[in-house]
Amino acid sequence: MSLAKRIIPCLDVDNGRVVKGVKFVDIRDAGDPVEIARRYDREGADEITFLDITATHDNRDTIVHVVEQVASEVFIPLTVGGGIRVLEDIRRMLNAGADKVGINSAAVFRPEFVKEAAEKFGSQCIVVAIDAKKVSQDGEDNRWEIFTHGGRKPTGINAVEWAVRMKDYGAGEILLTSMDRDGTKSGFDLALTRAISEAVSIPVIASGGVGNLDHLADGIIEGKADAVLAASIFHFAEYTIEQAKKHMQARGIEVRL
Amino acid sequence: MSSVAVIDYGMGNLHSIAKALQHADSRVNVQITADAAVIRTADRVVFPGVGAIRDCMHALNESGLAEVIREVAQNKPFLGICLGMQALLTDSEENDGIACLNIFPGHARRFADHMLDAEGNVLKIPHMGWNQVKQNPHPLWHNIPDHSRFYFVHSYYAAPDDPRHSAATADYPQAFTCALAKENMFAVQFHPEKSQTVGLQLLQNFLAWDGVA
Repeated sequence: MSLAKRIIPCLDVDNGRVVKGVKFVDIRDAGDPVEIARRYDREGADEITFLDITATHDNRDTIVHVVEQVASEVFIPLTVGGGIRVLEDIRRMLNAGADKVGINSAAVFRPEFVKEAAEKFGSQCIVVAIDAKKVSQDGEDNRWEIFTHGGRKPTGINAVEWAVRMKDYGAGEILLTSMDRDGTKSGFDLALTRAISEAVSIPVIASGGVGNLDHLADGIIEGKADAVLAASIFHFAEYTIEQAKKHMQARGIEVRL
Repeated sequence: MSSVAVIDYGMGNLHSIAKALQHADSRVNVQITADAAVIRTADRVVFPGVGAIRDCMHALNESGLAEVIREVAQNKPFLGICLGMQALLTDSEENDGIACLNIFPGHARRFADHMLDAEGNVLKIPHMGWNQVKQNPHPLWHNIPDHSRFYFVHSYYAAPDDPRHSAATADYPQAFTCALAKENMFAVQFHPEKSQTVGLQLLQNFLAWDGVA
């Protein structure tokens, strides 16, 4: 009996609509984030993450309304990432009903932002999102760097050192995405996940590359992650959250069922 | 119509707890308030909180709400949540030691670093996620199966001087007190407002509770 490992479905939201296609049979509007969040909650999601990928500043308000609607009927932790740049962005999301915010590139541009955010709102609501890519060659010791702009722009920052620094600055959790694996369905970068998870004392969420249920279990068992995040395997209804949890349980992982 | 006051002292977002209380019982009048008069006249009081204990106690002392809490904690159903539970203790180890409200004799202690789980993995701090709660008999556990999982996020935990004040425990990896109870007071370390069905049931139980343990 102890703490359960978490499964976190992630919704990519653009202008208030879920993108990357969703195929649920019992959902009237497959693009409606509120309806999808409700469904994930029913299936036993431990948290839900919204990634706002809206490109234009003018349409940023729509994610606030999505969070407000979901928070008034779904009573599990909600995280919102994407476009969090100043303290006011965080305040707006928390007031809308988010429990945590994900900070990504704003932390890379100005690391002190994480410190200020944690001091102002508490570490419990600050998730630092790290997009990492392997830069070492085969045969060399593993080395990963932080990339921004959706994995296109290298920063030269060592990913493991960055995670430790973000923890020291007050991050309450790390959301780690392997840019090499994201979208490949070939599984998490387990070496990366494990390197970060063992380097920091705060929880690590593994992300990027999930294609089947064994990948989720591997992220916990071999990657030492505290939680696993996935988007497409749940969106396309290949698997339900409940199936994922039962599979993880069968592999000896403690889950909330 | 019965009323519940959610004490607002500037520590964190209270919309979640207010929405969850309203969802648990749509007939209840839920008020988020810093007004002593509203808190004194409400039928029930919820004392939430996130963040650091130094800021919390500073805000309570500066605003005069510390006195109001001491008063209403004696005479009506009262529910502390998370930091609102730790603030009820005598003191906390956080921020190099902070005196708290001393309503429950005891201390808020930090989880030790580098604790190991059964497989030898280092346990992360904060203790974050869904953990099983082992109940001691109390009306607020009505219709909630023993060992149900609730959502936690915290680095400090309550160590009450009187073990009879412990209303529940969770393991991380050792058992720690995750709910306190005494007369008309109940307090939880986890977040019922984020604990789905069982959390809403606990809030519903609180809204139906007459304050007799």
